[in-house]
Amino acid sequence: MIISRQKDKAELLHHLEGKHKLFLVGCAACATACKAGGEEEIFQMQDWLAAHDREVTGSVVIQEACHIMRVARDLRQHRTAVQEADALLVLTCGAGVQSLSANTEKRVIGALDSLFLGNVRRLGQYEEKCSLCGDCILNETAGICPVTNCAKSLLNGPCGGMEDGRCEADRDNDCAWLLIYERLTRQGRQGVFARVVPNKDWGRRHQPGRHRL
Amino acid sequence: MSHFSERLAGGEFVVTAEIAPPKGVALDLALGQADALPAEVVAVNVTDNQSANMRMAPLALAALLRQRGVEPILQMTCRDRNRMALQADLLAAAALGIENLLLLSGDHPRFGDHPQARPVFDLDSVQLLQAVQALMAGRDLAGRALTSAPVFCPGAAVTPEAEPFDLMFQKVQKKAAAGARFFQTQAVFSEEALARFMEHVRPLGVPVVMGVLLLKNARMARFLNEHIPGVRVPSDLINRLALAEDPLREGVEIARGLVATARRHCQGVHLMTLGCEDRISEILC
Ligand code: SF4
Ligand code: SF4
Repeated sequence: MIISRQKDKAELLHHLEGKHKLFLVGCAACATACKAGGEEEIFQMQDWLAAHDREVTGSVVIQEACHIMRVARDLRQHRTAVQEADALLVLTCGAGVQSLSANTEKRVIGALDSLFLGNVRRLGQYEEKCSLCGDCILNETAGICPVTNCAKSLLNGPCGGMEDGRCEADRDNDCAWLLIYERLTRQGRQGVFARVVPNKDWGRRHQPGRHRL
Repeated sequence: MSHFSERLAGGEFVVTAEIAPPKGVALDLALGQADALPAEVVAVNVTDNQSANMRMAPLALAALLRQRGVEPILQMTCRDRNRMALQADLLAAAALGIENLLLLSGDHPRFGDHPQARPVFDLDSVQLLQAVQALMAGRDLAGRALTSAPVFCPGAAVTPEAEPFDLMFQKVQKKAAAGARFFQTQAVFSEEALARFMEHVRPLGVPVVMGVLLLKNARMARFLNEHIPGVRVPSDLINRLALAEDPLREGVEIARGLVATARRHCQGVHLMTLGCEDRISEILC
């Protein structure tokens, strides 16, 4: 899921300058799980806004705010409240914010920072394992992604900065290449060490991405 | 053919040193350091934003060194430039008569003086070696023909004391397969570790230039052990420095011993003297 967290309140206040009436939007999927933009956070935001002399015209928690058509439908159902507002304050990831901005001419203010595509260890503890590079190498790396887990995204083995199996960029982290090597060794195969991996085709990471699958 | 590659190919023992470009625009200090190097030094590494600290691009200093008859080894890291910029710089280097290259991943920006920088690492060091191979064959990484092909002597860095040895060595093999014509090692202090490394590397047929770092005092040695990956200064050397009346002289003594080790096992020595270039003659005799 997409990991997001609320922006610093001082930054948010700055974005809210001159906006007195707000319509709030949350997301029932990732932003709820991250405790950043679910029903509970919408209520808290309402209180905080009230304390800062803002009026809330209404709110909605959309099933999946990244779903562009669903956002269009939900906004239509709240047409009057949206009309009344100076701006929409959106507590979703960046994808959700853009579903909103694609569906209204009103000013859309994002309240969250989107961090990464995260695996969930337990609620509140997330790990970035994949950066959606479009050219997946996991089958050769024993299921550990060097593009994401190696601080330098190296594809052919560790850098000279590895020390005692720890990463140069953060000694609290294991070097991804040591983990890959150890798991491949346990599996009795050479994997990614059997060939020189050529430069990555970043062109397969369509940006801007549009797919019909 | 560069003198450096000629001598390596001829099996002569080579000596290289290292100079950093300035953090500023005045080059007289760096050029003065280069001019003062003794004749035994056949080529000089010019570092590339070393330790991820921003300095002048090494291409300028390398080109000026060459004009003065000092042969440069241009260091190039994958940290700061994507494949287009790297290839463009490689062509520029060739046009300026720079042949020797040392191709590196580069230290992560997190601990340099621009920790907010976006790290690039579009290529890794093995892929950068492949890019050099392609250019030398008259093609760029996209397979397009060049109007004329550059000539290079590409080298790569290795860390003989890194553990696990097998993991480190798999990458060494890839570097050889990707066209490394020489290896320059991280500073080595243990003859045993070096001998093991050389035993494995010999069948690859790539000459090895051993890194020798001048230890100035015990404090520096301890710092290296704590902060520089792959560098292991043994405790007996630290004790020698700690007990010495003149630690720098003791450091020169230790470096002399290491040069002798290099002569026994390797094809050359790379001296890292960090501002004490005037002691190089002593270290070599
Ligand atoms: S190789 Fe690419 S697609 Fe595969 S896990 Fe890593 S980032 Fe994701
Ligand atoms: S130490 Fe390992 S994980 Fe860290 S940058 Fe180097 S190769 Fe990547």
